[in-house]
Amino acid sequence: MIRSLIAIAALSCSMPVLAKTLTVEAGADAQERLQEALILAEPGDVVELGAGRFDLTDGLSLDVDRVTVRGQGMDKSVLNFAGQLGAGEGLLVTSDDVVLRDFAIEDSKGDGIKSKGADRIVYHALRVEWTGGPKATNGAYGIYPVEASDILVQDSVVRGASDAGIYVGQSKNIIVRRNTAIENVAGIEIENSFDAEVTENLVTGNTGGILVFDLPNLPQMGGHNVLVARNAIIANNTDNFAPEGNIVASVPAGTGVMIMANRNVHVKDNAIINNGTSNIMVVAYTQKFDDPNYQPTARDVFVEGNVYGRAGFAPDFPGGQQLAAAFGGSLPSIMYDGLGENLIVNDKVSGVNLGLTEVGQGPENANPAPLGDMPGTVSALDPITLPASMEAALK
Amino acid sequence: MRLFAAALALCAAGFAVSAASTDQRVADAVITGEGFPRTLAEYGFFQDASGWQPSDGVVPYKLNTPLFTDYADKYRFIYVPPGQKVETDGEGLLRFPVGSALIKSFGYEIAGEPHLIETRVLLHRADGWLALPYVWNAEQTEAKLKVAGKRLPVTFTDPSGTERTISYAVPNKNQCKECHSLSDAVTPIGPKARNLDDGMQLERLTQLGLIAERPEIKKPLPVWDGPQSASLEDRARGYLDANCAHCHNRKGSASNSGMFLTWEEDNPVHVGVGKRPTAAGRGSGGMEFAIAPGQPDQSFMIYRLKSLDPGIAMPEVGRSTVHDEGVELLSAWIAEME
Repeated sequence: MIRSLIAIAALSCSMPVLAKTLTVEAGADAQERLQEALILAEPGDVVELGAGRFDLTDGLSLDVDRVTVRGQGMDKSVLNFAGQLGAGEGLLVTSDDVVLRDFAIEDSKGDGIKSKGADRIVYHALRVEWTGGPKATNGAYGIYPVEASDILVQDSVVRGASDAGIYVGQSKNIIVRRNTAIENVAGIEIENSFDAEVTENLVTGNTGGILVFDLPNLPQMGGHNVLVARNAIIANNTDNFAPEGNIVASVPAGTGVMIMANRNVHVKDNAIINNGTSNIMVVAYTQKFDDPNYQPTARDVFVEGNVYGRAGFAPDFPGGQQLAAAFGGSLPSIMYDGLGENLIVNDKVSGVNLGLTEVGQGPENANPAPLGDMPGTVSALDPITLPASMEAALK
Repeated sequence: MRLFAAALALCAAGFAVSAASTDQRVADAVITGEGFPRTLAEYGFFQDASGWQPSDGVVPYKLNTPLFTDYADKYRFIYVPPGQKVETDGEGLLRFPVGSALIKSFGYEIAGEPHLIETRVLLHRADGWLALPYVWNAEQTEAKLKVAGKRLPVTFTDPSGTERTISYAVPNKNQCKECHSLSDAVTPIGPKARNLDDGMQLERLTQLGLIAERPEIKKPLPVWDGPQSASLEDRARGYLDANCAHCHNRKGSASNSGMFLTWEEDNPVHVGVGKRPTAAGRGSGGMEFAIAPGQPDQSFMIYRLKSLDPGIAMPEVGRSTVHDEGVELLSAWIAEME
């Protein structure tokens, strides 16, 4: 009897403390109350946001593993940063196994939500919005995971980012699905990343819909293995409102999908409709760079099973109008710079090969010709599998 | 004002060296214990309630080139538990034994009197470093923990004689870590041997028995605002190292930017020369490069240092006003680049 009591006592001592819920309501001193909850939370805890508008004066941050931050819905619990005085983003997450769900971030001065080095992060049913619509004064990225493994961004809405609505940078093993990206410069951007799936998103009213890029002089380069499938990429014709100097400032308005300096990118079963410059663009990085480890061309790009609407009716690059005239008034769906390797197109769709001969040339150097038939076969990309704990955390 | 602060620090230093044993002892168990002590007094770092007289073993130190924090005067102290010593690692960061603490008070001269705003402590516990901010009350009798940080209106006169009113931001615990982190672990950033080497200080710390052995320093970090001490380039690089490199290094909070501003960095692109924005957003200010040689007005490094807009300003944490003299130094350096 005594022995079993001791055993029970020992057991209860060694058991982890039960997870608790820290509820934070909107109202006065929201900044201090919410930030304190995010600091004092322990692994396993939930920080629950009440309904209403939280007026915040500074960026928020979370640095505790296994914490869930949950609101009452993306239109009910609103973190408002219009009065933000400091920090580069609305919410910064730097810990692992974090779930962010069911709340909104509005009008942050810099990025909306950034997670850096935060592995196995889940972004679910969030809204990140600059409520004045597209403006150069809006923050850069809406949802911004960077330098991490295992990232899930789903069922979220992002509007007004002056760079990319959903931007995944220098990461591995990524799923971006069922989101709506509207009126950003780039709707969704996968940059310097490995093994990503971008599926079933609605991407409309942006300058460019879905971008798959690789840039030089960064710690992780050599972006590859990206599936862009079953997305609706429609009428991304908003004038580019990104601050000059940023790579997305060079994206022409009217771009559906743009693949730049990446390898093994599959564009499958999407509806790509009414993008005024091009429905799919496959190009090299054109700016000068000094980095011997950087590969600037697009390689092993595979296009199949897509539905195409109009394209190329308002080409937004130097010489675009003339080029369109040569093609009978509008450019075809696919634009290829001619510098890559192994582009395969199995769709019955027309395209233009710009016939560039050197990396760094722009369309003004084009020697254009119809793309012609470029059929071929490739093996499918391995499906992305995320750790079961990530899906389980949503249940 | 700065002279005054320096004199004060010197006095404090003299005191620590010459003082006989006092009653006030540092509470080692509080440094290494669990949890977050609610008041600064619990540690016993200071003999007086107002945080000016360091206790036995709490030793003031200064840096050749400090981090700019809104023109605040800073008072820095090292504490190492009895019988232990700090190891050196070449010219870099000192290695403190578990049980050590770094203490830094921030204040302004207000109405002719030095006035403390906050005291930050870095505690070396068995499971790593912990950073905590303590905010002083108006009476200057007690500093209380504010894990979530705090904003305080402050009016002071800057070194040029101009009065400035700012919303001073005491960082929250996470923001402490944003700067104080390497590979996601909290770490000290200031006390690097090369930044402590003013020709006397390392000797003093060694004589006090704090440092095991005085390290050989080939090239001390220059005094950023001492034109006679080093070349313009060295002073600019020293300023970048002290003000930016704790995030802008390969293991820091800004590792993804590809901008590495450490003293040791020798790739010009990583220092910013001809470096295009990565994730700068509005921070690019419509410019192509962080540093455009010869053109400070076309260099977004300068643009970001001159801005107070949270979506643009660098550093992201710890600056609510522009460091005009720092901007001037870096602009002069960029202007003379070819």
